[in-house]
Amino acid sequence: MDDVLDVRDLRMRYGKTDVLNGVSFAAHCGEVLVLLGPNGAGKTTTIEILEGFRMRSAGEVSVLGADPARAGEAWRARTGVVLQSWRDHAKWQVRELLAHLGRYYAPYSTPSVTRPWDVDDLIETVGLTPHARQRVRSLSGGQRRRLDVAIGIVGRPELLFLDEPTAGFDPEARRDFHDVVHRLTDRQQTTILLTTHDLDEAERLADRILILVGGTIIADGSADELARAMSGQSEVRWSRDGQRFVHAAEDATAFVRELFRQYGESVEDLEVRRASLEDAYMALVRQAEHGVPRKLTAVVA
Amino acid sequence: MNPTLVAARAGLSRGWIEFRQTLTTPGDLIAILLMTGGFLAAIIWTRYTHVPGTHFSLGTTMLVSVLGLNVVVYGVITMGDLLVTEREDGTLLRAKAIPNGMLGYLLGKVINISGQVAFAVAITLVTGAFLVAGLAIGSPGSWLTLAWVLGLGLLATLPLGAVLGSLFSSQRSAGGPMLLLLGGLAAISGIFYPITHLPVFLQWTGQVFPLYWLGLGMRSALLPNAVAAVEIGHSWRHLATFGVLSAWAIAGLVLAPVVLRRMARRESGSDVAARREKAMRR
Repeated sequence: MDDVLDVRDLRMRYGKTDVLNGVSFAAHCGEVLVLLGPNGAGKTTTIEILEGFRMRSAGEVSVLGADPARAGEAWRARTGVVLQSWRDHAKWQVRELLAHLGRYYAPYSTPSVTRPWDVDDLIETVGLTPHARQRVRSLSGGQRRRLDVAIGIVGRPELLFLDEPTAGFDPEARRDFHDVVHRLTDRQQTTILLTTHDLDEAERLADRILILVGGTIIADGSADELARAMSGQSEVRWSRDGQRFVHAAEDATAFVRELFRQYGESVEDLEVRRASLEDAYMALVRQAEHGVPRKLTAVVA
Repeated sequence: MNPTLVAARAGLSRGWIEFRQTLTTPGDLIAILLMTGGFLAAIIWTRYTHVPGTHFSLGTTMLVSVLGLNVVVYGVITMGDLLVTEREDGTLLRAKAIPNGMLGYLLGKVINISGQVAFAVAITLVTGAFLVAGLAIGSPGSWLTLAWVLGLGLLATLPLGAVLGSLFSSQRSAGGPMLLLLGGLAAISGIFYPITHLPVFLQWTGQVFPLYWLGLGMRSALLPNAVAAVEIGHSWRHLATFGVLSAWAIAGLVLAPVVLRRMARRESGSDVAARREKAMRR
């Protein structure tokens, strides 16, 4: 099996409530997969089952070739989990903590992957070099989040889990975080599964987006593919003789060609806006929540 | 490299780092010093009072008994409290997310708390030795007894603390009941006054728990043999001390892994997030 993640018909039930109703998806090596959905859609439950932190009710799950519910410490060493720090390890110095946590990974080095990540290089990668000797409790929110990422990747994971990593971030911390993730995927073949309800974030980071609503995946594809497949219409704006026009066109290119043929040089201020991921997402979620079952798969790997 | 061995070594260094942090964090250090100071004040207060029926200083017996109380305070209360706190703040979840992390975490706690016990016992004994008279600390036998009572005491209390820490869900719900329990226990365990002056059923109750035996063991190590006259059976009862503390240690070491594993299995990011939100709202 080549897939790093393979989830089939995953179901989760708490008491009488079904949180996941048959979730299926896969991820191949090096892919950044974003699980997008409104609050309560089951994103966190899904990721916690894959992390091995939560028992599923039914379904088949394979993560790095093993069932996370039964996988051992050697499997654990190949995964990374980015947790949100709160007050933990407040008295530890940044470098001291990363060096300590890295030690556990040393026996799991392979010829191709040296574990753990060299601590000074790691601190540099997440941009904490000036704060290496600082105690964790004296870090700012954004610095703390970088430390969270550093802890998640100290063992050079083949698969990294991030559950709403930028919740509560200010815009600057968010951009810094996105930079770190890009650096991570550029430099090595880390597969990443990330949950968010932030569309902008999904669009920036994802190779592929899964939209989860009401415990079911309702769409699967790249941001572009989802936007295009969902809403074929583009918005065309232009002005002629000082008057403004707006038109929604199925085939914007053909429409504009026709526009120029008819009016030639009198067409001014032309703007063509393709449907955004946000439009697609809103439409999909609305459909799903109003009980219109529509499974949209933009791309089949 | 054996992963378990690596994690065990990491745990030892973790314990040492945490212990050092405890001694260099003003709040933590002050808490230890305040408690020690409180005990010493009680000892000074009673040093000219006699143990009833003898001419021996009550303050001296209290000083020695308090060494036993220290083991229970740190081994059970601090251990339990740290476990509750660190489950709440996500330290434990981090340990769970790394290979063999729980082993390193727990071993670290054991080392850290053993260090705190040794520290508290040392400063109590050293300061106390200048304040009271009559300590029998001249012979190697005294120190040998002190060592095994201390070691066995830690084995009897640390797993118990871990079990209690796993059972409570938040620090707020744990702190009060645990301290209340300890206060009541200290009162019936002959720490501040000879147990033989209590009603018989309370004597029996006190003898069920490790605190009484830790106090007795410490007294047997550091007091003149004649003082055993005020103990139950007019004896230091070494064999019984060894037996009861061992029983607690075995029970704890059997129970703790089961309870800890069950607790650790339930930890997840959303639990920690929920607790954080609850804490922020308070």
